[in-house]
Amino acid sequence: MTAVEAPAVPGGAAAVTPRAPRGRAWLGAVAVVAVLAAVPLFLAPFATTTLTRILVFALFAVSLDLLVGVTGLPSLGHAAYFGAGAYAAGWVSIHVTAEAPVPLLVGAAVGAVAAALTGWITVRSAGVFFLMLTLAIGEVVQQLGNAWDSVTGGANGLTGIPSVRVAGAPLANAGFTYWYVLAVFLLGFALVWLVARSPFGAALRGIRDNEPRMRAIGYPTSLYKYAVFVLAGGVAGLAGSLLAAQARFVALPDMGFVTAAFALLAVVIGGAGSLWGACLGAALVIVVRDALGPSLGGHGTLLLGAVFVLVVYVLPRGAAGIRLRRRRSS
Amino acid sequence: MLVSVLNGLAIGFLLFILAVGLSIVFGMMDVLNLAHGALFLGGAYLGAALSGSWGGFLAALGIAAVGGLLAGALLSLMTGPLRRRSHLDQALLTLGVAFVVAELLIIAFGDDPLSAAAPPALDGSVTVFGAVYPAYRLVLIGVGAVLAVAVYLVVERTRVGALVRATVADRDMVATLGIDNRLVTTAVFAVGSLLATTAGVLGGPIYGARPGLDATVLILALVVVVIGGLGSVRGALVGALIIGQVDTLGRMLLPELASFVLFAALALVLVLRPQGLFGGPAAVGAR
Repeated sequence: MTAVEAPAVPGGAAAVTPRAPRGRAWLGAVAVVAVLAAVPLFLAPFATTTLTRILVFALFAVSLDLLVGVTGLPSLGHAAYFGAGAYAAGWVSIHVTAEAPVPLLVGAAVGAVAAALTGWITVRSAGVFFLMLTLAIGEVVQQLGNAWDSVTGGANGLTGIPSVRVAGAPLANAGFTYWYVLAVFLLGFALVWLVARSPFGAALRGIRDNEPRMRAIGYPTSLYKYAVFVLAGGVAGLAGSLLAAQARFVALPDMGFVTAAFALLAVVIGGAGSLWGACLGAALVIVVRDALGPSLGGHGTLLLGAVFVLVVYVLPRGAAGIRLRRRRSS
Repeated sequence: MLVSVLNGLAIGFLLFILAVGLSIVFGMMDVLNLAHGALFLGGAYLGAALSGSWGGFLAALGIAAVGGLLAGALLSLMTGPLRRRSHLDQALLTLGVAFVVAELLIIAFGDDPLSAAAPPALDGSVTVFGAVYPAYRLVLIGVGAVLAVAVYLVVERTRVGALVRATVADRDMVATLGIDNRLVTTAVFAVGSLLATTAGVLGGPIYGARPGLDATVLILALVVVVIGGLGSVRGALVGALIIGQVDTLGRMLLPELASFVLFAALALVLVLRPQGLFGGPAAVGAR
């Protein structure tokens, strides 16, 4: 797994530390993708399903990393857009069509629209204030999911989502679903990676490191933050549509505070700003919650809470990418 | 209508007791204590487990007070070493603590929602200006008002309060004067946590105790603090009373959209005054 740190990952840490040679980085990335693609040929269906879940959550974490690591906007309400996308994709699959690109596009669009409707109020703030506002807004969006039960199924969740169909044929088994999720994950990851490497991404990192300076240079920083908030919401919605395709069930906790907090944990464990790190963090969260959790009597949350505390003390480098300007610099 | 206003007052004063600690701890230490809701839940479970008699109710209040003090002091010690790091690290730490505490409470008290009964003499209803109203809520309004006035007077009118306000305004200057501000902040953290657990016991007969309640009340408290302005006792009081009324009225008039009414109030205040109603200009995030 050398490929994990090798690619030229955009972000604060990578900007300081020397990068691995480009050729080796690409080779590593290709190797990882090849291994990931071959996995269902060797693994049992249960393990494949767990890996599918990891990919879904990893794409969600990557979208959050665009906010937290790249732009320095720590959100505790990002699951709202993940859940909105999941509900939308599930609803479309049930009532309109489950034919491949449709649930994906609808999920991404609804995630982006939800982020656009709520983001204008959050991007006016920064740091811990942003954390507070996203937390409050995420909860409100979840309440909407609860209240609008004719569409979402309320507390019972959205059930009976059909398998995704590709060219008319439903994805019948865990392996096909895995490949579908993997393909979309790679697409989403590539999109976020390209955005983070683009001049737009460079401006976002500038905002993270010193927003007043960026404003002084002439960047409309609020507009940039709004744009990245909507984009991250769209990618989260895309990940949500994968959730609908994989679990074929969407429930209120999927868009709640705990899901959002775990995604933030995944990002922080991996080292904010490192997209690969966010994927590894997501893997850890899903393994603890879904694979280890049941053997702990369903108390995986307890363990993850302890991981949270540990990470803050033991892995400060993991959180090094997040630089909040000190309010009291004097 | 009168019943609704009274309900709003009861919820408002309860929210004040909950939110004022969160607000002052943030104002003083820059610690966004995301474990505040879990502390409330601890008090709520305690109150529910011991409810039904005056002895149990008072015992729950006593245990919650001691537990809150200890928890606050511990949280203060835990977040202390992170002062030199980002605010976010402290928020993440308290978030982890919140998960651990909430999960331990579920292990101790079970998954099922518990309801708490008001102490015997307050279990009935009384007639207020022709309206029948639960006696417990009426007493809660009274107790809440007394607590609110007490906290307000201590912070605004006493030497200790002056020290607290000075530490909110400029921690380093207070330290320069030779005052051990670590002691002040630990004490405030402990008292703030005590208020959170106490609010949990007091709120038991209204909210009950159930998994997930910690997040719900944390968000209510955050909304109160954001509306009122950080670090301001007056702001917390006004914010809590506003949210109490808005929430009850919203639930009565538009039950489907109650949380949006809350959100609309928050958005309105933030658009007009980003620093909150009583927050100074310094309270505006990183702007």
